[in-house]
Amino acid sequence: MPPQTAGAMTSDSPPSHPKLWLDAVNEWFTTVDHKRIGMLYIGYALVFLLIAGLEAVVMRIQLAVPNNHFVSPQVFNRMFTMHGTTMVFFVGMPILFGFGNYLIPLMIGARDMAFPRLNAFSFWISAFGGLLLYFSFIGGDGLYGAGTAPDVGWFAYAPLTAKLFSPGHSTDYWILGVFLSGIGSVGTALNIVTTIVCMRCKGMTMARMPLLPWLYLVTSAMVFIAIGPLTAAQMMLGFDRFLGAHFFDVQAGGSAVLWMHFFWIFGHPEVYILVLPAFAFANEIIPVFSRKPIFGYSAMVGATVLIGFISLGVWAHHMFTVGLGPAGNTFFTLATMIISVPTGIKIFNWLATLWGGKIRFATPMIFSIAFLFQFLIAGLTGIMLSAAPFDWQLGNSYFVVAHFHYVLVGAILYMIFAAFYYWFPKMSGRMLSETLGKWHFWLFTIGFHLTFDFMHVPGLMGMPRRIYTYEADRGWAAWNMIESIGMIFQAAAILIFVWNVVRSYRHGEEAGPDPWDAWTLEWSTASPPPHYNFAEEPVVHSRRPLWDLKHPQAPDSDYE
Amino acid sequence: MSFALFLALHDMDDMPAGHAMTEMQTHESWWRRAIQWVTDLFSTPTSIFSPQATPAHTIFSLSMLVLAITLAIFLAVAGLMLYAIIRFRHRAGDSNADPTQVYGSNQIEVLWTVIPILILVVLFLSTARVISVTEQARKPANALDVVVIGHQYWWEYSYPALGVVTANELHLPASDPKAPTPTYMTMSSADVDHSFWVPNLAGKMDLIPNKVNVMWIDPHKPGLYLGQCAQYCGTQHAKMLIRVYVDSPADFAKWIAHQKMAAENDPAAAEGRLAFEHTACVNCHTVTGTSAKGRFGPDLTHLASRDTIASGAIRNTPQNLRQWLDDPNSMKPGSLMPKMNLSSHELDAITAYMVSLR
Repeated sequence: MPPQTAGAMTSDSPPSHPKLWLDAVNEWFTTVDHKRIGMLYIGYALVFLLIAGLEAVVMRIQLAVPNNHFVSPQVFNRMFTMHGTTMVFFVGMPILFGFGNYLIPLMIGARDMAFPRLNAFSFWISAFGGLLLYFSFIGGDGLYGAGTAPDVGWFAYAPLTAKLFSPGHSTDYWILGVFLSGIGSVGTALNIVTTIVCMRCKGMTMARMPLLPWLYLVTSAMVFIAIGPLTAAQMMLGFDRFLGAHFFDVQAGGSAVLWMHFFWIFGHPEVYILVLPAFAFANEIIPVFSRKPIFGYSAMVGATVLIGFISLGVWAHHMFTVGLGPAGNTFFTLATMIISVPTGIKIFNWLATLWGGKIRFATPMIFSIAFLFQFLIAGLTGIMLSAAPFDWQLGNSYFVVAHFHYVLVGAILYMIFAAFYYWFPKMSGRMLSETLGKWHFWLFTIGFHLTFDFMHVPGLMGMPRRIYTYEADRGWAAWNMIESIGMIFQAAAILIFVWNVVRSYRHGEEAGPDPWDAWTLEWSTASPPPHYNFAEEPVVHSRRPLWDLKHPQAPDSDYE
Repeated sequence: MSFALFLALHDMDDMPAGHAMTEMQTHESWWRRAIQWVTDLFSTPTSIFSPQATPAHTIFSLSMLVLAITLAIFLAVAGLMLYAIIRFRHRAGDSNADPTQVYGSNQIEVLWTVIPILILVVLFLSTARVISVTEQARKPANALDVVVIGHQYWWEYSYPALGVVTANELHLPASDPKAPTPTYMTMSSADVDHSFWVPNLAGKMDLIPNKVNVMWIDPHKPGLYLGQCAQYCGTQHAKMLIRVYVDSPADFAKWIAHQKMAAENDPAAAEGRLAFEHTACVNCHTVTGTSAKGRFGPDLTHLASRDTIASGAIRNTPQNLRQWLDDPNSMKPGSLMPKMNLSSHELDAITAYMVSLR
């Protein structure tokens, strides 16, 4: 009998037979490997991206012309509720945690996350939250026979969520789904912080750590602080609905504004929780394709920490129209404007990184460049909205919808695509097709701009968000038609992306360990990396260990 | 620059007609036409760029400042980015050697921290001023008080000092800018959150149950101003429309005098009145001078004097009224008014009664 290899010990079948598919499924279900959990997160998020995208398609068809009857008001209201909830909690969070899970141990030279079992638990509990939310389509009728999916909006303002206004169980599924995903988020954040603090390889001081783990460290710390109020609010709402408590029960002296405070003290940091990982990807990708180190490493770290702190104090800019009074409105105007300073520092540092470089326009880089322009615009419309009186006009209008889609799609989703094209070779060992990648980029960019540039205009012309249809005499029809046409381009681009992933996974060009000539540790091991990541624990002397290896005559450690 | 022109052009709207016609038109340059085109584009009934009352005007001026500053920042930063991408791209014949490695510069970091802070100081102070003049304006003694209560999915308006209650169509007196007679609206909600938004007159203000908010407007010109609920409030949020009729002070006094009268008691509609008073209609609706004293639905005392029903969603014609009475959910699905299962004869009679309530 030949000596057994480590791999063969996991299976009873002889090595010459193909692995049973059930065994493969079992391996994915029971894995505690950070790379597999990372890919589970990403795959799960992509499935929900398609579902929530489909919900957006329904909304855009309905709004293409005034007084349309494509769907009923009830269905439309469920679509925007599910679209928002899904995109934030079951696309944004998991895909960013997925990349974090996959990349952080590799980038800091560790063999796994600090708590592999907690890692698996966090993923599966989040995943269960998503399934529970979508189960409401079937189970939401409950005993009362009213409603299926929740239709209270993703920020679910009280008292619309009270039993009186939201009978049946759809809102209960919403509460539970979001609640469970929050538990998973806190678990993963804890894991990421511990991993970064305790498991860096030899020589990697905090000041030599790549920016991606740095930004994930800040983002995870924010998750600790932000998810707490959200979970508390969900529990209070659950108590109101099931145990007759009166936190948000206005008829019994409860407060509708209390819910807004709880929700937005989570909700605004949440925006930064989602955008910091996108910045993290930009911090890795832009230098590699400019062939220069990131400009102003310590300024970037400082700006990130500042954003983390300030973002905890801006939440009530979502509430400029609820009657906070002049003092509150002035304070939150100031706090919100201040956050644009560290954000601006980031944009300028990326610009300086491009400056004097030799920019290569591979697919990850063109997505990153589009991100720079789009995030700039998103930031500037953000400044408009931070001026409370301007917000009295623009708040809750389509201008706001356009603004935050510029952040969530134009910045975050673009960087997710960039990250996908950049690290897919590491994860699969194969390159994604550059041709299909460029098709994906251009179609998506045309569609994005048709939809979201023109979406600002009806907001300026008085179109509020969350309306299932609109009057013909308001002058909004042409703009909405253009937005809906843009949706077709975006949908086509997403299909090309999916096809690219499926095709390249089987037939893509072999990537090798370091296809982009990059500088961080994940590129020093095989693609895909072995289970144990590194055969030997790496030792680093600078922020760009692979640069040092490739340029022994002028290593970074001499200049940092 | 162009925004200042935009502003100037906007003010020209108020000039006497024909003033700028003759020579100007023939020599109109392309950019003037472009700006005119943009101005026309935003001259829609609910645009935030055609302010007709002081709060909307103040916000409009602030928004022009903010737009000008952000546009300037955009042009500067996007221009630099574009330059960098073109100038520093890797060209076909370039060597593959890496460029000079630059790690950062503290002086430059300080520069692009301090300049944005200076810009923000300007922005913040201008904003704080507008917050203060709008929210802390002193209420003059001759101000009109209106109480606005949001309901799923309609508006209740009452004039406590004048003893008038109405629904969905708000009437206000025009306010002469030289001797302002503003309207102060005290707002709350009977059920869930709503938001009152008439972009030509002011920014929005939320109506929140168990909380009282106040906003004021002083519409300068008579006319009809449109808006709609701006805080998602349930199934028919989209059809919770707002109609503000700004009347000349004389017309407003006439309107109030009419609204204060008890309901018409037209003998020709007596059968309909009887049917109305003997069904559950009276549990939700009020018609002064009758047994109908419900507060859950809109006051119907002068229903026939309104242009619309269903919170601005449907024109007030006898045919529409009849269909609405037959099955409100066929016209506004999700409306809280139930189908009353009236016979065809009862429908005719009650419709006739509603039409008589001038």
